[in-house]
Amino acid sequence: MTLLSIKNMDVSIGQYSVLHGVTFDVPEGGVFVLLGRNGAGKTTTLRSIIGLWDRPPGSVTFRGEDVSSLHTSDIARKGIAFVPENMGIFGGLTVAENMVLATASGKFDQARLTRVYELFPALEQFWDKQAWSLSGGQKQMLAVARAIIEPRDLILIDEPTKGLAPSIIHAMGEAFREISQTTTILLVEQNFAFAKSLGRDMAVIDDGRVVHTGTMAEFAADTALQDRLLSLSVEGA
Amino acid sequence: MNTFANMIDRAGGVFVLPVAIAIVAFFLIGAPSSWLTLTVAGLSMGLMIFLMASGLSLVFGLMDVLNFGHSAFVSFGAFVAASVLAWLGGWLGADSIILNSLALIAALAAAIVFGAAGGWFFERVIVKPVYKDHLRQILITMGALIVAEQLILATWGGTPVNVPRPHFLEGAIILGGSSLEVYRLFAFVVGALVYAGLYYLLNKTRIGLLIRAGVENREMVEALGFKIDRLFIGVFMLGSALAALGGAMWAGYETLITPALGAEMMVIVFIVVIIGGLGSIQGTLLGAIVVALMQNYVGYLSPKLALASNMILMMAILLWRPYGLAPAVK
Repeated sequence: MTLLSIKNMDVSIGQYSVLHGVTFDVPEGGVFVLLGRNGAGKTTTLRSIIGLWDRPPGSVTFRGEDVSSLHTSDIARKGIAFVPENMGIFGGLTVAENMVLATASGKFDQARLTRVYELFPALEQFWDKQAWSLSGGQKQMLAVARAIIEPRDLILIDEPTKGLAPSIIHAMGEAFREISQTTTILLVEQNFAFAKSLGRDMAVIDDGRVVHTGTMAEFAADTALQDRLLSLSVEGA
Repeated sequence: MNTFANMIDRAGGVFVLPVAIAIVAFFLIGAPSSWLTLTVAGLSMGLMIFLMASGLSLVFGLMDVLNFGHSAFVSFGAFVAASVLAWLGGWLGADSIILNSLALIAALAAAIVFGAAGGWFFERVIVKPVYKDHLRQILITMGALIVAEQLILATWGGTPVNVPRPHFLEGAIILGGSSLEVYRLFAFVVGALVYAGLYYLLNKTRIGLLIRAGVENREMVEALGFKIDRLFIGVFMLGSALAALGGAMWAGYETLITPALGAEMMVIVFIVVIIGGLGSIQGTLLGAIVVALMQNYVGYLSPKLALASNMILMMAILLWRPYGLAPAVK
């Protein structure tokens, strides 16, 4: 069953045309990976889905409802969380304050909070610390924790492994695997080894166009296709 | 160098700066009674400037709006309060502290309500169409300031307007040979109460949490499901109301006001916001107290350098901390 459907999405930033008729479907459940070179349009695609670019032409349908003309906050309240490339942490707020902002009522569901602590024990340890004082990996954990503290149907995650140590990337991968049991993840990633270990379905975007869609298993088995579509950006394949 | 910086941090960081300035001034002035008078005057002046500057800092920090029309609210607050006080002249002149207080409360409340309503209009009609465009913000808010000054001229005329004070705020208290004006002590208390209220709002409430988060990253607040536009309007109205309250308090301090009051205060308000750090209430309070103390001390020691002292202070602080003394984390 399709959870998110993007059709003919065009986005221009200033005088530059960045996305050209981007079209792909994200099925419900598991991890859907959006791959592509630097500057291919992956981040722009995620930002357009959550409404951070002004009403791009084309449609974004979530659970059968067209959300492309909705305000970002209304899209978020439909059950879509966003973890941006820069993590979007509020550095001047404590970890606890960052987390409480992500709740609709201002109160934590104890079961979900316990799950967050189990996935990311460091957050419990630094609960009252200001977020700017966390390490890069801990900030990424906080960004993801914010996305799962409330029930969501879809989490958009933009390059979560960027600049992180291998041990943190491994822990993050384990967390995503667990989260994807109950919540669909649309993951933008350049670390192909990481993406391959998690992804069930995938799409490749290049120069603002979707150039390939399919299952991750098929794509991972076709090295010639990988070389052609991802070339130098493939890391640790 | 690092050892010195660590030592300052352990002593309270940038927040010891007003204390350091006061200590240096104590030795330069020599006479403790004059020093005490100047220090109390500086603190009360600082808290009145804080009232005017805090809204500008929040609007700048949260909305990224360069509002050069902010001083219009200072002027309107002063004139509205003066008019209410003149209208309630009977209460002011009565030999009753209750009637005196009611007149004062009515004047300050009228300034606040006028500031909030004017802020709503200003944000919806003038600022909203130019979000994300700094050049047009400067042009249109400067234009709005000119229109506001002309409106004040048309309404209250060009001659200076007298601002009556309640009896119980007249006179001075003599303390250890120092003369401490009652009105200045009152201004200090009002400013401190407003600071406490703002501190509570920003640090102990969900709205405050959203404002602090919005100052850092507006997009992320929206991506968490909150409509920041509504927050913008609320903060703009709050900032304008505080500016009007600051103007009303300043009017009582000066007792004679002209339509140029807001524009005159704007230079010092911008210096305070820049020194304190954008979007930070603590920074604005710190900046306001540092600027006001410096102006009072230098005005006493070397009157010709009084205005220049704040420019020099701003340059020195920006060389030391380019984002101001205590900016909001961005």
